[in-house]
Amino acid sequence: MTLLMDSILVLLIIAGFLLLSSSRLSNCIKIGAFQGLMVGFLPIVASGSGITYRIATIALVIAGMKGFVFPYLLSQTLRESNTIKEIKPYIGYTASIFFGVLSLVASFWLDSRLSFSVAASSRLVIPVAFSMMMTGLFMIVARKTAVNQVIGYLVMENGIYSFGLAIVRDVPLLVELGVLMDMFMAVFVMGIAIYRINREFDHIDSDQLNTLKG
Amino acid sequence: MDISRYMAVPLGLIMAPFLLGVINRTKAFFAGRDGSPLLQAYFDIWKLLKKDAVYSRTTTWIFRMAPVIGLAAVIIAMTLVPVAGSSLFTFRGDLIFFAYCFGLMRFFTVVAALDTGSSFEGMGASREVHFSTLAEPALLLGLIALSKLAGSFSLSGMFGGLSGSDWMGAGPAIALVAIAIFIVFLAENSRIPVDDPNTHLELTMIHEVMILDYSGPDLGIVLYAASLKLWVLGALIVNIFVCAAGLTGAVGLAVFAGGMFLLAVIVGIVESMMARLSLLKVPQFLIGAGSMAVLALILVLRFVK
Repeated sequence: MTLLMDSILVLLIIAGFLLLSSSRLSNCIKIGAFQGLMVGFLPIVASGSGITYRIATIALVIAGMKGFVFPYLLSQTLRESNTIKEIKPYIGYTASIFFGVLSLVASFWLDSRLSFSVAASSRLVIPVAFSMMMTGLFMIVARKTAVNQVIGYLVMENGIYSFGLAIVRDVPLLVELGVLMDMFMAVFVMGIAIYRINREFDHIDSDQLNTLKG
Repeated sequence: MDISRYMAVPLGLIMAPFLLGVINRTKAFFAGRDGSPLLQAYFDIWKLLKKDAVYSRTTTWIFRMAPVIGLAAVIIAMTLVPVAGSSLFTFRGDLIFFAYCFGLMRFFTVVAALDTGSSFEGMGASREVHFSTLAEPALLLGLIALSKLAGSFSLSGMFGGLSGSDWMGAGPAIALVAIAIFIVFLAENSRIPVDDPNTHLELTMIHEVMILDYSGPDLGIVLYAASLKLWVLGALIVNIFVCAAGLTGAVGLAVFAGGMFLLAVIVGIVESMMARLSLLKVPQFLIGAGSMAVLALILVLRFVK
């Protein structure tokens, strides 16, 4: 199973690189959806032959939420806001990819320094989770459009989720669903916030919120 | 020794222009045309070799020397690339030598382009240098990842050391290297996502603009060297897949040639499906290849003992 799991984890990293390098917001949403879908399927792959109905249900619900529901909500918001591209991010796309590579190296280094007892079948999970967290955080900081920041938040959540998967492996269903519910609410609320920003300023640069300060 | 060791270079020298024909035929198929004959590149080169050369008065000996040096460099690089497990020459660290054979070829192409004194060619030279600065790390890092994986610091040891079990153990890393080298392959050979080999008068062209002043035999040599470069860099990609099977001798040679044919078809498909990237996107594309190579290297360093 390690080969399959490693391949999925490598795809997660590549999705992170693509997110850092693409300026078209609809593409960002699609890549984010792909990453969410892959993260959702991780528990199934990680459990291997010992798969239970519970794990399968959690995996399907998470994959459905991250791969279809969130992207759908985001693209709805995007359509209403008439924005196609992120024109001027704080940090350019080429520099962002460099950051992606650096964060990857940093997370592998971090992983070699910390000795976790990894429950998952692949040792790659932890560094990939770190790298996703850093990528997500970076996107929140380096991008101006609110949609991209929401995607960054989701990527960071993906990282935290796979980290938890690697360390604990078995999270109670209730906790899992609670977290998912929170995320759903978060994306929902951020969608409304983006809508408001758009109505107030005619675009979705969260940068402009600074002008509201008295 | 075995046949593949001595036949590899002649096979490349003879077959290389054929790949261009295959690529063009694939593109023609996708466009619904009949396309030029498969051997068109041979006809072109033969026709050019029979002609006389015209030299501009501003050019110096550098301009006349560059095609010959380019051809020599690429043939030397060709002797190092293993086909079916063995190459003509091999020594420790030849992968660096291999990469810088192309560096030498590029340097002289660029200097010759500057030698013509045309600002248009200078622009192409500047772009070529810019993009190859980004493509070279990707190629070298990818090769180093492979050499670490196979535990050998020479091209033939590296590809010879790859086996089916490596694919099982470090499949994602090898696939990443293959993708990274494929992107470098497209960029170095000025194929479509980076450069369009068919256009001559567009401001985004890179390689074609640098050879604009060549005529007659010189142009023939440049074309031939370009097709050899396509062959040699393509051989790296095909080797990644073919060497794991561990075939040797005539069978290995035949499988290798089939792989090259397949690669040319894939390049044709990529060219038919993609538009050329805008010039500003090309560095991103190449840095993407570089980051994949870095990722592969990290995976290999960390997880393959």
